[in-house]
Amino acid sequence: MAGYGKKYQVIVVGAGHAGCEAALAAARMGCSTLLLTMGLDMVAQMSCNPSIGGLAKGHLVHEVDAMGGEMGLNIDETGIQFRRLNMRKGPAVRAGRAQADRMAYSARMKLVLESTENLDLKQGVVEEIIVKNYRVVGVKTREGLDFLGRSVILTTGTFMRGLIHVGMKNYSGGRAGEPSAEKISNCLRSLGFTVGRLKTGTPARLSSRSIDFSKLERQPGDAIIRPFSFMNDKIERHQVDCYIANTNEKTHDIIRSNIHKSPLYAGVIEGIGPRYCPSIEDKVIRFPDKASHQSFVEPEGIKGAEMYPSGLSTSLPADVQLQYFRSMVGFEQVEIMRPGYAIEYDFVEPRQIKATLEAREISGLFHAGQINGTSGYEEAAGQGLLAGINAALQCREQDPLIIRRDQGYLGVMIDDLITQDTTEPYRMFTSRAEYRLLLREDNADLRLTELGRYVGLVSDERWRRYQEKTGLIEKAYELCRETKITSKDDRLCSLFGLGELKSGVTLEQIIRRPDISIRTISEQIPEMTLLPEKVLEQVEISIKYEGYIARQIEQVERFVGYEKVIIPDDIDYEKVASLSSEVREKLMKYRPTSLGQAGRIQGITPAAVAVLSVYLRKKSREK
Amino acid sequence: MILDKDTIIAPATAVSESGIAVIRISGYRALSFLKSFFRTKNPIENFQSHYLYLGRIVDEDDSDIDEVMVVYMDPPRTYTCEPVVEVHCHGSRQIVRRILQLAYANDIRLANPGEFTYRAYLNGRIDLVQAEAVSRLIQSTSEFSRRSALQQLDGLLSRQLHSYSATIKNLLVQTEAWIDFPEEDLPTENLDRLFSTAENLHVQMSDLMNTYRAGQFVHDGATVVLAGLPNAGKSSLMNALLQQDRSIVSSVPGTTRDLIEQSTQIGGINVRLVDTAGLRSSDEFVEQEGVRRARNVVKIANLVLLMLDGSAPLCDQFRALLADLSAVPVVLVVNKSDLLSEHHDLSFFPGPIVTVSAKLGDGIDVLTDTIASFLLNDYLPSSESPYITERRHYEALTGSVSSIKNFLNNLGSVDLDLLSIDLRSALDSLGRVTGSITTEDVLDDIFSSFCIGK
Ligand SMILES: Nc1nc2c(ncn2[C@@H]2O[C@H](COP(=O)(O)OP(=O)(O)OP(=O)(O)O)[C@@H](O)[C@H]2O)c(=O)[nH]1
Ligand SMILES: [Mg+2]
Repeated sequence: MAGYGKKYQVIVVGAGHAGCEAALAAARMGCSTLLLTMGLDMVAQMSCNPSIGGLAKGHLVHEVDAMGGEMGLNIDETGIQFRRLNMRKGPAVRAGRAQADRMAYSARMKLVLESTENLDLKQGVVEEIIVKNYRVVGVKTREGLDFLGRSVILTTGTFMRGLIHVGMKNYSGGRAGEPSAEKISNCLRSLGFTVGRLKTGTPARLSSRSIDFSKLERQPGDAIIRPFSFMNDKIERHQVDCYIANTNEKTHDIIRSNIHKSPLYAGVIEGIGPRYCPSIEDKVIRFPDKASHQSFVEPEGIKGAEMYPSGLSTSLPADVQLQYFRSMVGFEQVEIMRPGYAIEYDFVEPRQIKATLEAREISGLFHAGQINGTSGYEEAAGQGLLAGINAALQCREQDPLIIRRDQGYLGVMIDDLITQDTTEPYRMFTSRAEYRLLLREDNADLRLTELGRYVGLVSDERWRRYQEKTGLIEKAYELCRETKITSKDDRLCSLFGLGELKSGVTLEQIIRRPDISIRTISEQIPEMTLLPEKVLEQVEISIKYEGYIARQIEQVERFVGYEKVIIPDDIDYEKVASLSSEVREKLMKYRPTSLGQAGRIQGITPAAVAVLSVYLRKKSREK
Repeated sequence: MILDKDTIIAPATAVSESGIAVIRISGYRALSFLKSFFRTKNPIENFQSHYLYLGRIVDEDDSDIDEVMVVYMDPPRTYTCEPVVEVHCHGSRQIVRRILQLAYANDIRLANPGEFTYRAYLNGRIDLVQAEAVSRLIQSTSEFSRRSALQQLDGLLSRQLHSYSATIKNLLVQTEAWIDFPEEDLPTENLDRLFSTAENLHVQMSDLMNTYRAGQFVHDGATVVLAGLPNAGKSSLMNALLQQDRSIVSSVPGTTRDLIEQSTQIGGINVRLVDTAGLRSSDEFVEQEGVRRARNVVKIANLVLLMLDGSAPLCDQFRALLADLSAVPVVLVVNKSDLLSEHHDLSFFPGPIVTVSAKLGDGIDVLTDTIASFLLNDYLPSSESPYITERRHYEALTGSVSSIKNFLNNLGSVDLDLLSIDLRSALDSLGRVTGSITTEDVLDDIFSSFCIGK
């Protein structure tokens, strides 16, 4: 085979949401980086719903952004409808969500890749990972080229041995209209990896010209757009509407009477699908009492006609799809532009990677995105970013970066991946974060910008803005603690509903009251009026939720204590007496790096953790 | 802590001269013990797990010890999840001792109290609640304790605690679903329903929590102190309660000097009865010291029987004494009912009052009932309702109950997100005894109860 000549430091395979972030991170950190993709026109594709964010996913986007990733900027630039969810359920569970112009999203990302220094974007199908002495040295492509590099990041999405199902018909493909990657996963198998199979699905795309929108409920975007990226203060843009459609009993009858044509029910599909994203046939069968299922009908772009009907993914044959769509109000004349389908693909069980996303057994090989059994663009982007960072750190011979569970959803996700069995594609939920109140969208910048700066991903401009913000927050706190309202200010007293005051109260005390917002106060206090909204927001949340936040911080301290008890990599569990064989097996399988992590592995009892802790203590005393 | 791989042996039943005794062996030497000392028709290699085989146990010299039945149990389907052998022999102390000694001589050691259970627990066979109950059984002395321990063992308490935890989990599932899936058509937020479920739960859990004092006395026993002015009849009552002549009685005030203690059972509870010196100021050193000791022991009493000589008028010293005792639970015992001439207005005393004649034994049974019902907190355990004897269980419940209280107080005034923190901590507190409920468990329930999916 022909060598390519140029030697890279980081090679990224696949230019999806994980691959793009990985390549950008590595290149921006100064590593010569190659991004290989099967199709140059298919960069950062949204294979499923044309939207970014939502609960927990919006949090991830903010974190990626805070560390200097691209996703937030990209969606801010190409979003066509923005909404914030859960505004009345608490500060930590508010989340942004945006509809993207799918083509624009991809085009902008490609442009960014093309204009990033140190980064080569090339088309090529990788067929083999070249490994020497348990160390990755490069990749071989179908075109006959060997690309050499110090590290390789695999972000293969649904492409590894992808198999598309439409009814009983199935064919190989990585995504509708694109070929699959047939050889990589076999190469991984021969390298000793355990490879599993998962399934996911997507609904049909409908032509907007054939939908009677007057019969559907309209759902507009927010009047004021809150950007995802810390770098953007506001977005002023014309927004498009989404719509809400509903299935009905007739739809369900059609599905039920055709259920035998579903490969899922006929047992043709072996991969495991996500519980949180069941196909419409699943919903109808599993919840027979539900008379109707809701679908958000989302435009895929400003200009095109394609509409994405959420919640209606399916593997039923195309003619049945058309039949049931047409039973729905507003869809009587609907035309399907692309049929929905289910797809099975290979993934590599993530217990085989470390918290750095590097493979345990092959150094320099990193996995990010769906190859780790996750789903979702945001989950992929987060892993891509961290894999890119850690690959680059390795090239620079620096310590790896691991984000803890109390620092970000990024940390929660990766810790979950390496300590839990993959029983379905992993999606982030806010309930997965035990320190949820601390991991908010609004403070992602405060949590992670410094880490991003430390690894070298945070630009000077971002750093300047960050320092300005933290400075203002400090100042605002001081103001709130020191400004007192006394009974002399009777106008303010009555405005803030303070009643009779014996002694003065500070602004902080007033903000603590549940019925009063910091906005009401800042309007009246000249020094505060000038403070930016986002600064006031931080101060308000910290003051109003002080008690709860303090409690979580206390828990974090305890948690970090367990995280700090390191389990040496060469521990011999056979020597730890009193562990049941089942526990011992689990520990050997997952090889936790800390006592805390051991405790999170399913089936590891508190007693086992106690035994382990006694053993480790004994060991360390012997030294 | 047991941190080794020893094979252990112990009688599994009380050895009584009648009937059958069961000896249990656990560990990897269990089977080789059988191979060496059990003689039977089938070769031991062909034994099936969990089947009874008839044969003889012989000693080192191949002479018979007893005709026995043995059962060999393959792990992990055994009590300890280790290889287990049970030998059913005749219930003679002599035979049991010889079998045990045979084992000791062959690298099998006597199990520590509760060690089988501890192993079962370490190997994940039983939960902590059950494990502790078993160890209680080993230690329990009074009849009441045994009943309490047995009740937990068969999982009554365990079941109850698990059902609380399931209810809290449900509340959490509901709130987490509303939080994480705002765009799904879930049932609308119904805080009233959450409230009434939580309120109901709060009542039930508090009730169970309140059984702790009773439970504690059942297990640990209680200290009951007799106190009063000199000559009130304390020593006479002590003897009457013990039905034995334990304390010196005389008509001279200041007879009792030191603390006199004796254990007895009252209402099935182990009670340490303490007779004390009559409380008065005295110049005499020994009596002074007696009074000091009396005052000290009163402070640690679970219950004080304050005696009043009913034949004498109420005096200021007595009122002062009563005031001193305001911090401890007191039963007022009016003695010498056979003489009772004075009519005392005792309505100022809020607690139980019992009139007795220590000398004649009148009213003693009313008094023991009063003591018992105080110690049992008016809680008479029926076989259906569990109660708490473990401090750890009590603390877990207390933690959980207070989180639920917070949840109830906060519902409606704070955000869902924060409510879930209260629920989570209620669940985690209980989880310390029932085993923890993970996020995965909660998500499982969300997906099986609600139709979610974009
Ligand atoms: N008639 C009558 N005499 C009683 C009764 N109980 C005790 N006495 C008498 O009261 C006197 C004092 O009894 P004790 O039991 O020694 O009194 P005490 O409270 O222990 O006295 P000190 O130890 O001196 O504090 C004795 O002469 C008893 O016989 C009773 O119920 N009826
Ligand atoms: Mg006496």
